Amino acid sequence: MVDTTQAVYEILSRIADPEIPVLTILDLGIVRNVEVKDQEVIVTITSTYTGCPAMDMIATQIRMELAAAGYSSVRIEQSIRPAWTTDWMSEAGKEKLKEYGIAPPDKRFTIPEDGVACPRCGSNNTRLVSEFGSTACKALYQCRDCQEPFDFFKCH
Amino acid sequence: MDVNPTTEFVLHLADNALILGQRNAEWCGHGPVLEQDIAISNISLDLIGQARSFYQYAAELQGNGATEDSLAYLRNERQFRNCLLVEQPKGDWATTTLRQFFFSTYQQLLFQQLLSHSDERIAAIAEKTLKEVNYHVRWSSEWVIRLGDGTAESHRRLEQAIQDLWLFTGELFTSTHYEIESGVDVALLRSNWEEKIRSNFEEASAEMPTNVFARTGGKTGLHSEHLGFMLAELQYLQRSFPGCEW
Ligand SMILES: [Zn+2]
Repeated sequence: MVDTTQAVYEILSRIADPEIPVLTILDLGIVRNVEVKDQEVIVTITSTYTGCPAMDMIATQIRMELAAAGYSSVRIEQSIRPAWTTDWMSEAGKEKLKEYGIAPPDKRFTIPEDGVACPRCGSNNTRLVSEFGSTACKALYQCRDCQEPFDFFKCH
Repeated sequence: MDVNPTTEFVLHLADNALILGQRNAEWCGHGPVLEQDIAISNISLDLIGQARSFYQYAAELQGNGATEDSLAYLRNERQFRNCLLVEQPKGDWATTTLRQFFFSTYQQLLFQQLLSHSDERIAAIAEKTLKEVNYHVRWSSEWVIRLGDGTAESHRRLEQAIQDLWLFTGELFTSTHYEIESGVDVALLRSNWEEKIRSNFEEASAEMPTNVFARTGGKTGLHSEHLGFMLAELQYLQRSFPGCEW
């Protein structure tokens, strides 16, 4: 069964987050467990924020991808505890975010304030525009050096 | 109808979140500036997410085919257990942000208490949502200071909002039978809540009201006239086209 579990993870590693498509759901750390029991594949996922509208879509995508790979019996479980944290985001994911133009979570800014490194030019001469950004998980910033407006993935 | 107190308590938590989420959503596309429009819409979304978590649990507790949707869309006004504060009209920006500050500060204290609740699911939802509530407290407390300490006009608006909303805050700390029977003591939260409000008002140069009259009733289903109008809008589609999806 270990092989099946690995094969399932392999498939999950190709599913992108619908709102930040540069990250896979594994990069984001929302897949909490994969288990195979009596031919049934059980995937446990957790939401980033409780109101995240992408959760239903992610569950559907998991079902579709696993069905396409021949897994006919799939159950998606949602866990709530322990609560998701940006600590579960992979290092590779953080790199991908930066290349995509989103400043990755940075422990020095658990409360968003001026100074998060600009993903475009690297300057720390940046200002917080709003703690709430285009999605629940991000804050809005602007770089004072290169003028780039950018999102910061908040520590959570 | 004989309802289990825990179920009623969970419904109360869900209704509070849904009704305030719906009120705040009225700002979507109408915020004073784009960034704040996004902020209040995000808070609305967090609250509706909270409501879903609590409704899903309430539906499991209730059984008999109840779902999160039937609880949100197919109950009548008198069956809603939300406090009066959250159903009041959104008013101006001062009213909205002050209400959020009153409510989120209360929720922050309540959820901290619920972290150690004997019902594990309630504790888990509290733990998850507390992270979001902390953002709401910070954002709304900053607005109260900005308005109170801003122009003469913004200060006047904040003072008016305090006058309009203060009488709905006492209900938050007035225990119902379902809270007591679920092992939750909201009266205990009052002094901490007042302390936080007082210190924020000091920074905002706003007067802390001294009147103690409190309007109550929402938590046991006796609502102000505003809830019915809101439910009419919120439930219209499911009432007119039962079970419709898109
Ligand atoms: Zn820059």
